[in-house]
Formats: sequence, C-alpha cells, structure tokens
Amino acid sequence: MVPIAYYLVLAAIIFCIGIASFLIKRNVITIFMSIELMLNAVNLTFVAFAHMWHQVSGQIFVFFVMVVAAAEAAVGLAIIIALFRARQTLNVDSVNLMKN
Amino acid sequence: MNTNLLWLIPTLPFAGFLLNGTLGRKLPRAAVSAIALLFTLAPALIVADLWIYMKSAAAPLAISVTSRPWIAITGFQVNFAFAVDHLTLIMLAVVTGVGFLIHIYSAGYMAHEEGYWRFFAYLNLFMFFMLVLVLSSSFLLLFVGWEGVGLASYLLIGFYFTKDSAAKAGKKAFVVNRIGDFGFLLAMFLLIQHFGSLDFGTVFSKISATPITGGFLTTIALLLVLGAAGKSAQIPLYIWLPDAMEGPTPVSALIHAATMVTAGIYMIARCHTLFDRSPYALGVVACIGAATALMAATIGMVQHDIKRVLAYSTVSQLGYMFMACGVGAYGAGIFHLMTHAFFKALLFLSAGSVIHALSGEQDMRVMGGLRKRIPITFWCMTMGVFAIAGIPPLAGFFSKDEILYQTFLWDNPLAKLLWAVGLFTAFLTSFYMFRLWFKTFFGAPRFEEHGPSHAPDLHAAHGAAVHASKSSTLTLEAEHDSAHAHGVHESPLVMTLPLMILAILSIIGGWVGVPLAFGGHNEIEHFLGPVFNPTEHVAEHIATRSAEPILATISVLTAALGFFVAYFFYYRKPGTAAALAQKFQPIYSLLDHKYWVDEIYGLVIVAPLLMVSRFFLGGIVEAGLVQGTSATLAGTTRGAGSIVRRMQSGNIRSYAGWLAIGAAAVIAIVLFTH
Repeated sequence: MVPIAYYLVLAAIIFCIGIASFLIKRNVITIFMSIELMLNAVNLTFVAFAHMWHQVSGQIFVFFVMVVAAAEAAVGLAIIIALFRARQTLNVDSVNLMKN
Repeated sequence: MNTNLLWLIPTLPFAGFLLNGTLGRKLPRAAVSAIALLFTLAPALIVADLWIYMKSAAAPLAISVTSRPWIAITGFQVNFAFAVDHLTLIMLAVVTGVGFLIHIYSAGYMAHEEGYWRFFAYLNLFMFFMLVLVLSSSFLLLFVGWEGVGLASYLLIGFYFTKDSAAKAGKKAFVVNRIGDFGFLLAMFLLIQHFGSLDFGTVFSKISATPITGGFLTTIALLLVLGAAGKSAQIPLYIWLPDAMEGPTPVSALIHAATMVTAGIYMIARCHTLFDRSPYALGVVACIGAATALMAATIGMVQHDIKRVLAYSTVSQLGYMFMACGVGAYGAGIFHLMTHAFFKALLFLSAGSVIHALSGEQDMRVMGGLRKRIPITFWCMTMGVFAIAGIPPLAGFFSKDEILYQTFLWDNPLAKLLWAVGLFTAFLTSFYMFRLWFKTFFGAPRFEEHGPSHAPDLHAAHGAAVHASKSSTLTLEAEHDSAHAHGVHESPLVMTLPLMILAILSIIGGWVGVPLAFGGHNEIEHFLGPVFNPTEHVAEHIATRSAEPILATISVLTAALGFFVAYFFYYRKPGTAAALAQKFQPIYSLLDHKYWVDEIYGLVIVAPLLMVSRFFLGGIVEAGLVQGTSATLAGTTRGAGSIVRRMQSGNIRSYAGWLAIGAAAVIAIVLFTH
C-alpha cells in the first residue's frame, strides 16, 4: 500500500506547479489550466485523506469541487472566447482596459 | 413656605430665555416682551413671598435646598444647593425688583431696535445667572453664576455687534474679567486643598473652628479679591466698565450698575468669615476701594459722554462698597449696594430717557435746557442726582454716611486717611453729578432740533429757525433711519413709570438704615446682623456713636460744596470750567485721558503679550514646532507610502504572488511554531 505521504507530496508538487505557472504564464488559457491544476492537487489530497480515514465526506467534497470547476470552466472558456473575439489576443497583460 | 420654590426663582428666567431664544424671532414684539416680563415678574413675586416668610419670627435664619450630587469623587463633593439668608434676601430683592423695573423700561426703550427678541432673551439669561450667583451655597455654583453673568454681559455689551467699538468693548470686558476669574479659580483650588470642600457652610465653619490666621487664608482672600476686582471693576481691573457703556442703556443700568458689578461686593460679604481672619487682605480691599473711588471720581469729572460719567460714577461707588467691606462694615457695604442699585439704575434709565429724547445723542456738550422739555425725566433724575450726591434724607446720604462713619472708626492707622479720601470723593461725586445735572437740564439748549417739537415752551426765535429749515430737516429725517427721530420728546409711560418707582425708592430706600444718632433704628444693620456677626449683639457697637452727627454734618457740607461749585462752574459762569481746564492743562489732559491707564496697560501688558504671541508663539512655536512637527510627520508618512505603494501595482499576477507568499508564510508559521 502506498503511504499517504506520497500522495501529499505529489499533490504539493502539482499545486506548486499550478501556482508557478499561474504567476509566470501570460497566456490566459494556460493560466486557466494552472488553476485547474491547483484545484485537482487539492482534490488529490482530499481523496487521499478520505481513503486514509475511511471517511466518505472527503470524496463527496471532491465531487463538489469538480462541479464548481466544471461550471467555472464553462464560464471561463466563454469569457476567453469573447475576449479573443474582441481583442484578438490571449495575452492577459494586454487586457488592461480597466487599469488606472 | 415650600422651600422647593427656591428652585423656581432662577429657573423661570431661564425658561423665558429658552422661549425667547428659540421662538422669539418669529413672535411679535408684544409677545416677546410679555414673555420676558412674565418670567421676571414671577421670581420677583416668589422673592416677595420669601421675604414675608423670612421676616416672620418663627422663620429660621437661613433656609436651603440641596439636590443630588453634582460632582462626587472620593473625598470631595459638590451639590446643586441653594441657600437663602438675610444677605441673599436683600440681593434677591434688588436683582428681581430692579431687574423687573428695567425689563419694563426696556420694552419701551428697545421698541424700535432690531433684535428685540435677542435682547430680551439675553436679559432673561442674565437674570438666570445672577439669581444662581446670589442663591448658590457653594463657591462652585457661585462661580457658575459668576461666569454666566459675565457671558450675558459680554453678549449685551456687544448687542450692536455690527458696531466695531461695541464688539471690542464686549471683548475687553470678557478678557479683563477672565483675569479676575483666574484669581477666583485659584482661590477655589486652594480651598479644596485645605478644606476639601467648596460648600460655604463647611468651609466657613472649618475656618471658625480653627484659630488660623494669615498664611494661606490671606492668599485665598487676596485671590478672591482679584476675582471681585475683576467683576466689580476695581483697580487694577476697572478698565472694562466704562467701555461697557457701548451696550444699550437698560443693560448699563441693570448689569453694569445695579446688579452684576455688585457681585464682587456680595462675594466678599459672603466670605466675610474668611476675610475677618486676614486683616491684611481686608486692608488691601479697603485701600483698593478708596483708591478706585477717588480715581474714578476724578476721571468722571471731565467726561462729556453722559453714560461715561455715570460709568465712572459706578466704579467710584463700587469703590465705596469695597472700602466698606475692607473696614469690616459689610452691612454698610450691602446697604450702599442696595441704595446704589436704586439710584444708579434710576440715573442710567433717566440718562437713557434723555438719550431717547435727543434721538441717540450722548454728548453733554450738545444738551442743555432739557428741564422743561422732558419734565418727568428731569424730576426723576433730580432725585437720583440728589440721592447719589448724599443730600439728606435721600437714600445715598444714609448709606454713604454709614460707610464714611465706619471707615472713620476702623481700627487701623490708615482709617483717617481713607476717611479723608472717602470724604473728598463724596465732594467729587456731588460735583460731577451736579455738573451732569446742570449741563443736561439747565442753560440754553445746545442741541439741534431734528424736527417739529411738541414742547410748548419753544422759544419763538428757535421755532422760527426750525420752520425755516423744515424742508431740509425733513430730508434729514428721512435719511435718519432711527425710528424715533422726531424732535425732543418725553418718553412714553412704559419708560417713565419705572423711573418714577425708582425715584421713590431712591428717596425712601435709605430710611431702612437711619442710624440711632438720628433717631432711627438702623434696621438694615439688625436685619443683616445674623449674617455678619451671629454672636455679637448689634446694639453694643451702635452705642458708641457720638461722633456720628458731626461726621454726617461734614459730609452734608461736602455734598453742598460740590453742588455750589458745580452751580458756579456750569450755571452761573459756564466759561469758568473751560478756563480752569485751560489753566491747568496738564492735569486736565491727565484726567481727560483717564490717567492713560488704557494706554499704559496696552504698552506694558498687551503689547508684550502680542509680541510674544506673534514672534515667539507664532513664529517659533507655531511655525517651527507645531507646523515643523506635522510637516515632518507628513513627509515621513508620504515617503513610507511611496515605497509601500509599489506593492499595489495593479498587476493581478503580482497580487496572486503576494497571496501565495502570504499563504506560504502562514503555513510556515503554523508548521514551525508547533
């Protein structure tokens, strides 16, 4: 049986990759993907702990997160399409009409 | 007698103030004066009731009411408490009685003025504070009244606040009074320190119980004298009172002659237990009083403004009262306070009536010959002049004579000197009052007619002149926006009635103090006896009055001399005074400039203070310290801000970065602190 620490370290690595790419990347789709990465890293820890403690509530929580993430993806992708149509760019730094 | 009625005495005028102060602007004038008069009459009636009760044999010597604690801290407590003894009773009677008469007069005098409601609201406010002052049974509550009457005085002096001189005079009165109040405050602190109480009864019984003299008691007494000198316009703080004549004349009569300025004398009389323990302080009081009496009288001799003559006369008479208190004759001081309230209120109101008749003219150089034109005013003022000059059997004679007599008997090497000063002042008083009398009412008219006169005895030539210039005077009248610019006329009944009542009081007011030597009973001395010497029998020290008739004769002769000098100078040979003034030019100009006291104060006190304010406080402290500190603080803050605001770049990813760093930091803290 795989020890719990392995799952947690894996989840932490994935979360850090998510954060790093969120901070570094300029492409809005990549940023979107890194958010999904972070969410799934958290899901992984949930499942790991649920398995460890034999508690079903952690797994139920994961379902909720996935539902929210799906909804978010739907809205977010729609916004990205709209943005691209309007500005012909996916670079977040050039989408700064509201700044200042 | 329900003692709770005592609360009503000051509260009623306050209610009047609130009513007129809040609604007066919208009410008609009749309603405003009705409110003011009603709320002044009611306390007067209560006081009358109180008087009857206290005169009855069964009544206690003093009644008091106490409410819940006002200030209560460990070891020190002050209550809202009123007390009435015979001294307070006299003050109450004077304040409410004369106050009511002056309210009636004001209804006529101010009838055409702007701000009618404001005037009556202030007057009622003054009545409230003055009644608190005389009723209170602790130093602190007395101080509340003391400050309050100062406020009312300030508001009323500056009643015509659009006039620069009036606004300045109000400010001057307030500032000079603050100096006195400073002394009063320090005295209260010392009282708290030494006696742990500000209640009259507690403090005085503690003083009586312990055989302490001098020392801190003298300090307290002298500080109280400073307060009294400020309020009662004595040297060195008398300078505000003559300027206070900028206020409307009824105000001068009520506040700056009859009531408020006597608060200092009342306070000293009230604290007589304390002053009796400090002969030094009493000596100072007597000397201040005599010096002020003399100085003010000499200045009063050369003034031309009718109200200023009366103002200096008030200062001088207050000096008499101070002198009486200083020689330990508190009863005589209070007696003179009462008679002075009658005749000085009468004189001011008559002067107001003269001014009214002449459409606002106050300069005696352009008066004259008014005797037949305004006969009621003339006769009333005559009573006042005779009373203040000390002609028997009018009020002023008895009270002034009592003071001079008590000063003569004073057990002090200075007694004879002070008596001589007092006597000389009596001569001066008589002189300047008759000067005023002759200049105003006798001789040829020196004023210009403002329009057709109603007086029947108009000289034919003068009448012709008036008719010849009628067209021009009519245009003048139209320009003159004062509503009562229509020739010399007697005042309406609403003004002359108080005059007549006060004239009668000025005649008979002194009869309560006819000394034994003249077959009287000196009732006022007996009346005040329980307050000033509860143990001693008054009869004892009246027994030794053999010198009294001689002294009285001397002072009557002095008064008569004053009359004849004035008669000679201003009636028989009107040029004499001017010739004398020419001859003794330095002395005359010294008096005319009021000894340059205002100028000296300006140079010695005001100018250095202004210099310090402008250059040290303004230049160094304000510009350097205060503004410098705040500028440094602001600069530091701005500098710190300009560094920190780089964090807030508007770049979402940098925010996310800070967020991540923050979260990591929190996790690290949680991990490594366990």
